[in-house]
Amino acid sequence: MKVLVPVKRVIDYNVKPRVKMDGTGVDLANVKMSMNPFDEIAVEEAIRLKEKGVATEIIAVSIGVQKAQETLRTALAMGADRAILVLTEDDAEPLAVAKILKGIVDEEQPGLVILGKQAIDDDSNQTGQMLAALLGRPQGTFASKVEVAGDTVTVTREVDGGLETVALKTPAIVTTDLRLNEPRYASLPNIMKAKSKPLANKTPADYGVDTAPRLKTLKVEEPAKRQAGVKVADVDELIGKLKVLGVVA
Amino acid sequence: MKTLVWVEHDNTSVKDATLAVVTAASQLGEVHLVVAGSGCAAVADEAAKIAGVGKVHLADSPAYENALAENVAPLIVELMGHHDAFVAPATSNGKNIAPRVAALLDVVQVSEILSVESANTFTRPIYAGNAIATVQAPAGKLVLTVRGTAFVKAERTGGNGTVEAVGGAGDAGLSSFVGAEISKSERPELTSAKIIVSGGRALQNSENFHTLIEPLADKLGAGVGASRAAVDAGYVPNDYQVGQTGKIVAPEIYIAVGISGAIQHLAGMKDSKVIIAINKDEDAPIFQVADVGLVGDLFKIVPELTGKL
Repeated sequence: MKVLVPVKRVIDYNVKPRVKMDGTGVDLANVKMSMNPFDEIAVEEAIRLKEKGVATEIIAVSIGVQKAQETLRTALAMGADRAILVLTEDDAEPLAVAKILKGIVDEEQPGLVILGKQAIDDDSNQTGQMLAALLGRPQGTFASKVEVAGDTVTVTREVDGGLETVALKTPAIVTTDLRLNEPRYASLPNIMKAKSKPLANKTPADYGVDTAPRLKTLKVEEPAKRQAGVKVADVDELIGKLKVLGVVA
Repeated sequence: MKTLVWVEHDNTSVKDATLAVVTAASQLGEVHLVVAGSGCAAVADEAAKIAGVGKVHLADSPAYENALAENVAPLIVELMGHHDAFVAPATSNGKNIAPRVAALLDVVQVSEILSVESANTFTRPIYAGNAIATVQAPAGKLVLTVRGTAFVKAERTGGNGTVEAVGGAGDAGLSSFVGAEISKSERPELTSAKIIVSGGRALQNSENFHTLIEPLADKLGAGVGASRAAVDAGYVPNDYQVGQTGKIVAPEIYIAVGISGAIQHLAGMKDSKVIIAINKDEDAPIFQVADVGLVGDLFKIVPELTGKL
């Protein structure tokens, strides 16, 4: 079965985002960009399914600017077989992304779509669930374990109270949580090989989707800063503070 | 505006997460609730007593027992025929169900709102809470999830809602519930605890978590949390994790033990009223947000503190 893995180009996990002075957004000029960490986990999971003989082909897809091609090359270097770049200058919202992905799923007919549970830029946590809704297919969100047997995928989910396991009929949509796996680094030979793997260029119009944002961002601000407090010398002084705060009598 | 609020429950009682959402929804208009579950009539009766609540839609069917999104979303969509906004807590259920509802309604969702600025304008955190965006939704139906720590909890009493049974389509036949491993604990739940004691990687192992963090928490009647590093290292289960991708908490007192204070962790607890940090590294970022800091060896400090309390 084919596995489709959508990946997003976002600010690198280790970079501290800075809000633009004019309040229009976060400054991304000359900032290191990388694959969304949850999507890296998704790519890794797809590769492991291929290594187990469950997946036959891995297709990576990204929706974004021309430079998102680099993110796709990373996915190819990790082990994806081919890639699709859907080019748009818009900051596509989860609903628009889900609609484009539906178009790709209709064409490619994958048995599984694995994607990150959220992107670390807009923190929406919506795309996978929306794609599942548009396709009328089941969703296994926040996955910490994925097992495929026949036409059933069993997903262990990280939920508020602990873990929960659901069985889904394929085709199904899985979104990844942190502890599903630890993504591999691409080796140099694989990075070289990735350069010659096929990458198709598409546009949202090819799927009949308008990516113009529906939500209007009025402003973006820094959060209120906390002031650092005082340091105490020892446990007795700490207990004194706790008494002042009324934590202990 | 008529809002429809998702009631978080365990088929027995209403969970606290619901109460903040009722407050958020009441800032938009009339508050109606949906209780979807199995054998959950008592939950609906309890929910009807929440202050400010109007109608409670009760969907009682084995298909809704475990809140599977595939079964629940069509029910919500049906109810949204006569509501203007679907408002859910940003719990694992809310996050799972709301986007499925939004896509079926062909509307965008506004995730984890922090405030209601007007009937269509909200603030929400982006970039792990490093920025706060003010966003305006287009005309049409709204789908929102609500960050529980950002709104006061509605009172559990004083309401006089009416319960009305609704059917819904039942089992969509796409998914089934296999089982759950839910952590059992006598301690308060993280998202509603007044005091939280959290441990980090410096605890070194699971054993130290049990012998150091837990006795201190029990002395204070506190909930127990952990940093992502401690969870990833396997010291404690995933549901202990406090942070942007774990639980967002805002207790009266948050005691961080051996936690350096990565951005990711701070995003989950920096709205706590008082933060106390114990760490051996005096330059640890946690001290930049802590109200009270104690630099030193947690293996000496924590037993002494527990002993003296």
